[in-house]
Amino acid sequence: MDRLFDCVVIGGGVIGTAVLDRLACYDLSALLLEKEDDVASFATRANSGIVHAGYDCEPNTLKAKFNVLGNPLMWRDAELLHVPCLKCGSIVVAREREQLDELVRKAEANGVEVEVLDRKRTLELEPNVADEVGFSLYAPSAGVISPYQLAIAYADRAALNGGEILLEAPVVGIARTSDGNFEVQTPKGTFKARIVINCAGAYGANVNDMAGAEHYETSYRRGDYFVLDNTERKNVNTVIFPLPTAAGKGILVAPTADGNVIYGPTANDTSLGDTATTLESLDELKRNVPLSYKRPAFNKCIRVYSGLRTIIGHDFVIGESEKVDNFFMAIGICSPGLTSAPAIAEFLTDGVAKRLGAARKQNVVAELEKPVRVKELDDVALNELIKKDSRFGRIVCRCEKVTEGEIVQAIHSPLPARTVDAVKRRTRAGMGRCQGGFCCTRVMEILSRELNIPLTEVKKGLGANIARYRIKEVNDD
Amino acid sequence: MTELFYDVVVIGGGPAGMAAALAAREKGAKTLILERDVRLGGILNQCIHQGFGLHYFSQEMTGPEYAKRFSDAVAQTDIEVRLEAMALGLGEDRTVSVLSPSRGLEKIRAGAVVLAMGCRERTAGAIMLPGTRPAGIYTAGMAQKLCNVSGYLVGKEVVILGSGDIGLIMARRMTTEGAKVKLVLELMPYSSGLKRNIVQCLEDYDIPIKYSHTITRVVGSPRITGLYYAPVKDRKPILEQEQYVSCDALLLSVGLIPENDLLNGLDIEMSPVTGGATVDERRMTTIDGVFSCGNVLHVHDLVDNVSREAEIAGAAAADFAMGKLAERGKQYAVVAEGDVRYALPQRIHEGGVQKLFFRVGRVVKNCRLVVESGGKTLLSKKYMVLAPGEMGSVDIDASALEGDIKVRLEI
Repeated sequence: MDRLFDCVVIGGGVIGTAVLDRLACYDLSALLLEKEDDVASFATRANSGIVHAGYDCEPNTLKAKFNVLGNPLMWRDAELLHVPCLKCGSIVVAREREQLDELVRKAEANGVEVEVLDRKRTLELEPNVADEVGFSLYAPSAGVISPYQLAIAYADRAALNGGEILLEAPVVGIARTSDGNFEVQTPKGTFKARIVINCAGAYGANVNDMAGAEHYETSYRRGDYFVLDNTERKNVNTVIFPLPTAAGKGILVAPTADGNVIYGPTANDTSLGDTATTLESLDELKRNVPLSYKRPAFNKCIRVYSGLRTIIGHDFVIGESEKVDNFFMAIGICSPGLTSAPAIAEFLTDGVAKRLGAARKQNVVAELEKPVRVKELDDVALNELIKKDSRFGRIVCRCEKVTEGEIVQAIHSPLPARTVDAVKRRTRAGMGRCQGGFCCTRVMEILSRELNIPLTEVKKGLGANIARYRIKEVNDD
Repeated sequence: MTELFYDVVVIGGGPAGMAAALAAREKGAKTLILERDVRLGGILNQCIHQGFGLHYFSQEMTGPEYAKRFSDAVAQTDIEVRLEAMALGLGEDRTVSVLSPSRGLEKIRAGAVVLAMGCRERTAGAIMLPGTRPAGIYTAGMAQKLCNVSGYLVGKEVVILGSGDIGLIMARRMTTEGAKVKLVLELMPYSSGLKRNIVQCLEDYDIPIKYSHTITRVVGSPRITGLYYAPVKDRKPILEQEQYVSCDALLLSVGLIPENDLLNGLDIEMSPVTGGATVDERRMTTIDGVFSCGNVLHVHDLVDNVSREAEIAGAAAADFAMGKLAERGKQYAVVAEGDVRYALPQRIHEGGVQKLFFRVGRVVKNCRLVVESGGKTLLSKKYMVLAPGEMGSVDIDASALEGDIKVRLEI
């Protein structure tokens, strides 16, 4: 017989994993279904990673509400989950003071602390703003976080607290049985649920349609980025925004939580599934970055990437469907979706728990065990560790100084890393300037050994393998 | 933490490191090699093709064979070799911190340090390759390692971007493994690899190469299914002439970068052209007692030159460590001009005959390489053709210099 869950969460992005994480604190059964081979595989892995202060959201919108509520939750979660982050503040740069007036008004309405800085004080904070910058709006509560590590950490903590996660389980249909429960169909089986929560990101509207819930027209906007070598990090202190436009918050320059710098995103209208960068938009970045930042170093680029914003109307869609009882949604979650994630999760979980009459569990894991990051250990601690497990002395990723021990740790974490990309997101192996040129084959060997699969079965991610065929001389028989 | 002392610590156990260590030991220095891999030999271990050693050993051999000559020689000495040992830090006082699974983190004090870390390949990210970011895109060296060391083929319908030597070698290698190499695309109007590799790896196998072409977008997800490419004018693609080719693997051979990460944060002069430190004729950098050689100094075309250069660095490092580095004459700068992209060493002390390495920035035919010091011509040598893919070398008489040394081409 199909298992009956109190709650099935559809989608393993930062929203879905945050929801599962909060649900797992209650006395209820919850299952997260993710269509890819790891959580954080789409928008969550490719965005700006900004923890927004919330000054720019239109007042009295869900975006404003959840951003402002989410910001402090985010910093607290990052600490408990040991997710790399940096509360570095943000500035919006402008030529004239008046250009910042509207943002100041919105900040007041949203209850967000901001301060207008003149050029001198702006330069004290950020010496490399463009020469044209006369003023800036400083928001001290803003910063950056590793968005995929956050989602992975939510998934890990959820798993430790009894939340279940099924990967490679795309939802293909949602039916309702006579007893009022849902039947969520995937190629890996059908799962019964009292409550379904749609956190399917770019596919959110499709999932709504499957359930017969409200139909939404979705539009998609692609954003291309440059990732700069970590040697550029010393030149950027805060998140530097231009003035916002109708298309979004504009092309920013920001440190990343892991010590790189990003330039981006562009805003290109596109269709579902398109995350291909284009020559045109990369050129657009090259033209626009210097408008706010005078030290662009495109020759230090180590990676270009692109992410997809999913837009439904002008606001988030959050709450229970009016057409389908017990069907909850958090869709159309574009910026500031990452910052809003913990607040959205708490809001939805409160509603779900009340509906189910579920009480909070005693003794849940609140703080994750801090994963070993050799780069952060002092000499004495590192040598103690290596005495116990020599794999922490074997560097696999030269650029980011990641050891075999850390990779094995990721492969055996609560939500295990099973692909090269999954290892990369958890450990940073392959994220440095050589982009895995040296370590990819080593990571593959370790995955092959730890998962006991042949090397040809080791995937980069999303189901695609790397070492595809044996050469002619080799005969495995 | 244990603190150890060696006269000479060589960072890197590839061809440069081994030759430097042997030369240092020859001079009587207590020498240590730090190698991050599980064996000595560096990148030579995956270069199973012929073409090594013609100059140094007057014999053609494969990469592993060439490496073995040196690793055998190292084994005959009391040079200490630390494997799986990654140098994590270098101080201006020549303290090296090194991490290894067997000994943990150690600080090693060195009388002299020889940098011999080699180079890495430029990546899709570094060239801002547009399109999707699927599985199936590999640096040529990674595909080579998978093929020659691990025994796996990365695809059967291959396009190669760039005409660096590893890409050309892999075009042939994958062809002999049954893959179809459909196309090689080169942004520049000339190859960045050796002429002999164009002939032996492409022409002999009827593999087409399109010069002045580049990729405009990669297609496919999660695996590459093809790509669009176009001719370029002033390095910008002409999008109206975009064409499509299907493939299941894309190899990148778009440049090598000396791997000098260890020097980040040090007060050391680096060359923006070579990507390596600047050195004098003994291969000493601007940090006293820190020497550099091989591909970490500048990317070579032939390993034979690496070995010779490393011997200079290793011997000088030993002399420095033991306080025997001879007094030299006055130091002059070596300045590359015009079509000469760089000349190395970047500083020369007056005295003796010295070897200058140089590369040109474009293909130049029927030209003359002129080396001057002050108003005095030290050398004027005629060339039928000079190409960026080939490193040139000349001996100059530096016994009586009259000013900075200028290296230029006369056409």
